[in-house]
Amino acid sequence: MRDVAIVSVSQSTHQRSLDHLNEVEMIQPVIQGAFEQIDATIRDIDFVCSGSSDYLAGQAFSFVMSLDAVGAWPPMAESHVEMDGAWALYEAWLKIQSGHADTALVFAYSKASPGDLPRVLSRQLDPYYYGPLWPDSVAIAGLQARAMIDAGLTSEAAMAEIAHRNRTVALDNPHAQVKGSASIEELLAQPYLSDPLRVHDCPPISDGGVAVILAAGDKAHQWSKRPAWIRGLDHRVDSHNFGARDLTTSPSISIAADKAGVAHGKVDIAELCTPFTHQETIAVKALGLGDDCVVNPSGGPLAANPMMAAGLIRLGEVANRIMDGTADRGVAHATSGHCLQQNLIAVLEGEG
Amino acid sequence: MPPYDNDRVVVELTNPGWSQPEIHIPAGGGDGEPVQRIRVPAALRYRYNPGTAPTEFLLALANKKLVGGVCPETGDVYVPPRGVSPVVGRPTSGTVEIGPNGTVTTFCVVHIGFGVNAPPTPFVSALILPDGAAVSLYGTILEIPIEQVRTGMRLEPVWVDDDELTTSFENIKYWRPLDEPDVDPDLLKGHM
Amino acid sequence: MSGANRVAVVGIGQTKHAAIRGDVSLPGLLREAAQRALDDAHLTMDDIDAVIVGKAPDFFEGVMMPECYLAEAIGAVGKPLLRVHTAGSVGGSTANVAASHIEAGVAERVLTIAWEMQSCSEAMWALSFQIPFQQQLVAGAGGYFAPFIREYMRRTNAPDDIGILVALKDRLNALKNPYAHLHEPDITYDSVKESFMLWEPIRYSETCPSSDGAIAMVLASESAAEASAASSGVPPAWVLGTSMRSEPAMAAGRNQVSPQAGKDCAADVFRQAGITNPRAEIDVVEMYVPFSWYEPMWLENLGFAEEGEGWKLTEAGVTHMDGDLPVNCSGGVLSTNPIGASGMLRFGEAAMQVRGQAGAHQIDGAKKALGHAYGGAAQFFAMWVVGADKP
Repeated sequence: MRDVAIVSVSQSTHQRSLDHLNEVEMIQPVIQGAFEQIDATIRDIDFVCSGSSDYLAGQAFSFVMSLDAVGAWPPMAESHVEMDGAWALYEAWLKIQSGHADTALVFAYSKASPGDLPRVLSRQLDPYYYGPLWPDSVAIAGLQARAMIDAGLTSEAAMAEIAHRNRTVALDNPHAQVKGSASIEELLAQPYLSDPLRVHDCPPISDGGVAVILAAGDKAHQWSKRPAWIRGLDHRVDSHNFGARDLTTSPSISIAADKAGVAHGKVDIAELCTPFTHQETIAVKALGLGDDCVVNPSGGPLAANPMMAAGLIRLGEVANRIMDGTADRGVAHATSGHCLQQNLIAVLEGEG
Repeated sequence: MPPYDNDRVVVELTNPGWSQPEIHIPAGGGDGEPVQRIRVPAALRYRYNPGTAPTEFLLALANKKLVGGVCPETGDVYVPPRGVSPVVGRPTSGTVEIGPNGTVTTFCVVHIGFGVNAPPTPFVSALILPDGAAVSLYGTILEIPIEQVRTGMRLEPVWVDDDELTTSFENIKYWRPLDEPDVDPDLLKGHM
Repeated sequence: MSGANRVAVVGIGQTKHAAIRGDVSLPGLLREAAQRALDDAHLTMDDIDAVIVGKAPDFFEGVMMPECYLAEAIGAVGKPLLRVHTAGSVGGSTANVAASHIEAGVAERVLTIAWEMQSCSEAMWALSFQIPFQQQLVAGAGGYFAPFIREYMRRTNAPDDIGILVALKDRLNALKNPYAHLHEPDITYDSVKESFMLWEPIRYSETCPSSDGAIAMVLASESAAEASAASSGVPPAWVLGTSMRSEPAMAAGRNQVSPQAGKDCAADVFRQAGITNPRAEIDVVEMYVPFSWYEPMWLENLGFAEEGEGWKLTEAGVTHMDGDLPVNCSGGVLSTNPIGASGMLRFGEAAMQVRGQAGAHQIDGAKKALGHAYGGAAQFFAMWVVGADKP
């Protein structure tokens, strides 16, 4: 296996709605930011891969326009996944592992503001049995939260504490959208949005994007004094059928964590793409994280959740803290589908 | 050619070796036809934002003008502007007025239109290079017999009446010939 | 392919493609192809390490990110599952991404599936529904490409009926492919010529259909491929090269008739495969021709013919099954077009040729074949070269 690292991370300032910008105008400065950090250009990049969703944008082939932000002229090796950018990173990582590339640009973005996101996400469901009932994403997450509470694995108070903690640390994150939190008492006094979920248990709806640059071996050293090496990278999926799996656990996170080697060393920080408060509890347990691990120093998706980018952002947030020496070893998690159906785990390490 | 039997078995599934258990469909499930389709109406509403550069373009259209975005490195003018030069991946350095006249860079004759705005068929759908721009816009061509339309011919836009102007492409109803000499088609090659 | 592990295709399966496959659900469509591919490889779902799927816009079926829903049906539970979307070239790029799992050494055997079930919604709508503030293409999909075909004809002075020859050839070839959607035993030169003109010069019979269909392949590492071949008795198709290139839809100087991205993609894949004279060394081509005239255009773009000369190969019968560069023996996209699958159908049919599996549309002794896919505004290209001999 080749040594591949994240050497540059750039994010937008995530917002509820970027009314004045289209996707291209939104992502171009983010991509440019990733290059500027390492004084590189698109000419230094062997492969480009992005993640985005047509249903989110309300437009077929929506990713095509984002190519303008890359400057793919002369033509480039470029690909796209209709998934979170974390999976675009996986594809780029494979490209480098296979020897076809030494460097890659990975980016992801979402403008969820044009549509009614919870309803849009209902189209991700089984079209024969679940979809026609139009349960929105909050309602489906609510099923899982209910299962967690009934199993004694969490409580509304514990969930509120998670919301409070994440949004409070987000005050230190210049990219975060929801910064600061009301007190836990105030949170619990709010009405339900979708029992047992309240507004604070849910992620915000965000417009935003992220760009990450990968490099192998010597190139990584050239571009970063302390590259964030990808020591483990794996992803797995569980069944879509809510009745067929135990919603209080995440076998796919556990398998991916095992394959990625999470347990092979101390985990200083973990960025978990758990958009609903009860899901953080599931992920922490499935990853086997100890109390000495700092979870979501960025504030996580509860502070900013640009769909299709939120997972890649987690990798970026861990990478940044390794590159700046705050952490030596971290775990980043990305998710796709309802109720943590599909999950990606990355283990990142710094040297020296 | 012998008639083809589309139903003939092309692959014999041998021992279906996948690991999931056998599915038992209970007998007596009724003697109706198997369900071939279910109809699931789906509607989602989106509120689109054109973005900053397209907004400039649309506002110009409302004033019967065409504008494009300038590539900061090559000076080429892109239309419609998207805020970024596609060949360098950087913001366009400004907006300039182009056209209003243009040149046909290529075209086809359409006999089956698409969408509510399609003109009556047959009609000419053309790529039209506005004067000063580096790439073409789409347009339909009227006021000329179809067989006289040719690459390189000069056109002018025909706008809707002033009281019908909005911020949209529909402000240009169609394009019609301009009495100017044709442009050599070989000069138009990189500008479609 | 320096540094990469060898990859081979050891199983290929496809559905019977049709306008409406009312006899299967969406997972059923994929299962039909996947199970055939696994059977062909003498493998089971348990043998598969990862599943890589690809399809075009989700509006075709009305299911967002369908890999989530389909995970169970395609045996992906507990495994890595990736979904690629690169517009029309997606079937090809999906196969390339699948290959890179093996090349990278993260998997020994992967299942890759590409599909489209276009009957679920309205294909024309799904392709191009009106977005406010954007210019509406009142001409439809064919109306996008027809002007570039006209420009090709102008630049080359090709005779008017080259397109008819391609359509006739591909649809007659399709009669030898039991899976193809369109089987038109009564098709003739005149019936194509007299069919309704849609976007001059493209007639109805020179246009791809809208299909429901899927294709699946099992790709394996060298050792896994040898084991599978020993069991099934069918030789592997060795992947000799894979490439992808993209260019912006709008770029000053862009050659829409023969895009640079296509040329660069072809040059890269031939270089990887050690091919210096494609015209002589490639035995059979499966290229993505949705509108008839793209055959001569791609022949030039891929380097099989000099610029301006592609139509001469078509006219002379070189691309017929009995010519010396057969193109689209399967019937091609002109006969079968589930958009998400079409690229992988090209890649899969190329592999079938070098494995000797193409039945009535087999080119005897085919040793090296090219699979080609394109998408978007002819801006996304994916290609692979497969061979009967291990590299």
